[in-house]
Amino acid sequence: MKHLRQLEDQSVFILREAYKNFDNLAMLWSMGKDSTVLLWLARKAFFGHVPFPLLHVDTSYKIPEMIEYRDRLAREWRLNLIVGQNKKALAEGMNPSKGRVECCTALKTQGLKQLLEEKGYTGVILGVRSDEDSTRAKERYFSPRDKNNEWDFRDQPPELWDQYKISFPPGTHIRIHPLLDWTEINIWEYIKLENIPFLDNLYLDQGTGKRYRSLGCAPCTYPIDSTSKNVDEVIIELRNTKVAERAGRAQDEGRGMEQLRKDGYM
Amino acid sequence: MTTDTAIKERMNIVIVGHVDHGKSTLLGRLYADTGTLPIGKIEKIQAICKQQGKEFEYAFLFDSFLEEQQQGITIDTARTFFSWGGRQYIIIDAPGHKEFLKNMVSGAARAEAALLVIDALEGVRDQSKRHGLLLSMLGVKQVTVIVNKMDLVGYRQDTFQAIEKEYRDFLSQLNVTPQYVIPASAKLGVNIAQVSPETPWYTGPSVLDSLAHFSLETALAEKPLRLPIQDVYKFDARRILVGRITAGQLKIGDRLVFSPSNKSANIQTIEAFNVDPPPTQAQAGQSVGITLDEQIFVERGQIAAQETDRPLVSTRIRANLFWLGKQPLETRRTYSLRLATREVPCEIAKIHRIVDANNLDDKHTQSTVKRNEVADITLRTKTPIAFDLYANFETTGRFVLVDDYDVAGGGIITELVHDEQESFRTEARERDSVWVKGDITPADRAKQYGHHAAVLLFTGPDTTAKAFLARKLETVLVAERRHAYLLSPENLQRGLDADLQDTKPEEVIRRFGEVIRLLTDTGLLVLCTTNAFQQPTRELIPTIQTLVNPTPLITIHMAKELTGPQPDTDLTFAGPENFDDCTSQIIQLLKSRGLLKEFSGGPSEVQFSI
Repeated sequence: MKHLRQLEDQSVFILREAYKNFDNLAMLWSMGKDSTVLLWLARKAFFGHVPFPLLHVDTSYKIPEMIEYRDRLAREWRLNLIVGQNKKALAEGMNPSKGRVECCTALKTQGLKQLLEEKGYTGVILGVRSDEDSTRAKERYFSPRDKNNEWDFRDQPPELWDQYKISFPPGTHIRIHPLLDWTEINIWEYIKLENIPFLDNLYLDQGTGKRYRSLGCAPCTYPIDSTSKNVDEVIIELRNTKVAERAGRAQDEGRGMEQLRKDGYM
Repeated sequence: MTTDTAIKERMNIVIVGHVDHGKSTLLGRLYADTGTLPIGKIEKIQAICKQQGKEFEYAFLFDSFLEEQQQGITIDTARTFFSWGGRQYIIIDAPGHKEFLKNMVSGAARAEAALLVIDALEGVRDQSKRHGLLLSMLGVKQVTVIVNKMDLVGYRQDTFQAIEKEYRDFLSQLNVTPQYVIPASAKLGVNIAQVSPETPWYTGPSVLDSLAHFSLETALAEKPLRLPIQDVYKFDARRILVGRITAGQLKIGDRLVFSPSNKSANIQTIEAFNVDPPPTQAQAGQSVGITLDEQIFVERGQIAAQETDRPLVSTRIRANLFWLGKQPLETRRTYSLRLATREVPCEIAKIHRIVDANNLDDKHTQSTVKRNEVADITLRTKTPIAFDLYANFETTGRFVLVDDYDVAGGGIITELVHDEQESFRTEARERDSVWVKGDITPADRAKQYGHHAAVLLFTGPDTTAKAFLARKLETVLVAERRHAYLLSPENLQRGLDADLQDTKPEEVIRRFGEVIRLLTDTGLLVLCTTNAFQQPTRELIPTIQTLVNPTPLITIHMAKELTGPQPDTDLTFAGPENFDDCTSQIIQLLKSRGLLKEFSGGPSEVQFSI
């Protein structure tokens, strides 16, 4: 438990740095376990309040339960929820059959870019973790994006101790990653410790011998074989597995992730 | 092997060393030989290597960027997760190439312990030493040295011993003693996950076993309290001060003193969300929220401590600094200094010497500090800052310099350099600590008056009509029901200062400062002219600032002609000019600083941000 409180203290510190130093700040919330833990940490950091808007980039292909859950928590926790959607791409018929990376680029990356541009956010908080993907392992806690939202991973600014990048030229923005040091297991351990409401009917086996390990769009996310029916069983399952967390996410195949992330994907 | 054990603790470890000495290979091998890689990871990399027609290397497991794999080097640090023996490690693979030193430093700054890799064939190289030096500056005190590629030297003990001796000698100059020096071959897995027969003369642990010997810092909570204030929240009725305790502990009822303002109050509650019952104490490492029993002025950047052991305060510090900026560090340029949560402008007063990792005793001096160099410097901040010596407190004893939007250098404080304000600062601190207060707080007065106390100092040469402006401002403020008072230093000459000769200008200023201090304690806006002083204003302002601290001091300069903004000045006018305009500009400034509430015409019902 001590290690979870250490992770919590660090993430709360990062969230408070973000809130203090960015006038126009927002947090991405995908309703998945990670960004929901992040949202919970924000409530910790700000004593039950969430003093910035939560953004959801809705591809229209999300699993329906995710939307119900989103709207319920938004109501109960009095969240300022802003939903963005790349309507133009959807109107032009963008869907996963046109290519998975193409679809992700249009509906998620472009959808996010449109939302950020429209609202002019200078700081965006995201729940990405280092152990999800090897490019995320090289992220900074405060990571600059240029005018085109691109990530220059060849020349990242130094990050020393608890001194983060909080100044930046006009037109650029900073991605803030409070969960970089958390593992998938830590997320579940913390959900249990704090009793955080999560999408249990998707993340736990409902008797079919399957559960989702990572949530995304319905057409491109597949459940895994698992009989874990509660959080304890999920934690034990994860301690013993050697299958990558995002094995059920089609966008990660090949070099999909490096290209997507360089171009501004979360 | 399995990792099916509950995690009890976590630790960050960095792998450093000269380029190509095998850091990424060591990391890859550590995972492979402990069976902790995800299924298919090795096969996937093997397939990519086959496709590109190159030999499989363990290093490729974590060099994730296409460019890194193509060039066969690590560009940026990767965090990898490794659980072993009930401990969750984040192992940070740092690049060894000199060009990416800023990335190595970013990785090592997050670590509690380091594995430093040296190639047995190449021996101790430039970056081996530079990384060793930087580790000691970054606060990484636990180091295990791995002499890698022992297969290339036939596992010869004498080769190993020569490198061990050379590097131990080097580290001892930095007061670092390595925990172990391990002969290994990462490529062939020798002495990585287990001690291997190739080195029968070696009696120490394998690399894997050596990790368990790194210990977690536990003594921080035993130190005197340091709580750098991060922010002040008023989301609801509570006014919560937040921050991360960097040393010591606190509990409800403790008396806190804030530096450098010297304000003090007791902890009333410790606030937390979803914690039942609410906490009554907290200690080093925790991000906390507290409320105080008195509404004193506290802002981000101040450091809370117990009355008996406070941080140092000065405008001058001596430090060892490493520079990562694209432009060299120069004297007479302004940088932003960030220490804990405080940010202030600073200048480099002197570059004493450049520290050469290859020759630590070298006394080489130069006028700038170039990228990737380490230097011994003195710097000067514009306003006093609270800090500690690095030897006593890590977090409040180090700082970064920001240049052109980026963190460009980091330093550890080695010495407090006394400045001219030292005696005034001591006087103010001692006077404030025994000050007898009534039941009315400054916040109560501010609420009644519709403004906070402040000092407005009018400076500039004679015949610019600055006294006229001060009188005019007083009239306008009082007409708006503000409690403003014009104090000319001349009023003190025949009275309070009657015993002083002209030969004691410092004492004249000191008494003036103390009188202003008294008046501001009554909640007044005090307007002062400065012509009676023989001293130049650049010496006058810091003294008054120190004596009235933390009451805000606003300087209004009346120049003969406009020549751009003056240093240490809030507003500059060329006088005499349109006094109505000047007056409204000053009032606007007071409002923008949150010192003055909008004038409503009616009785004041004021909400204050403090």
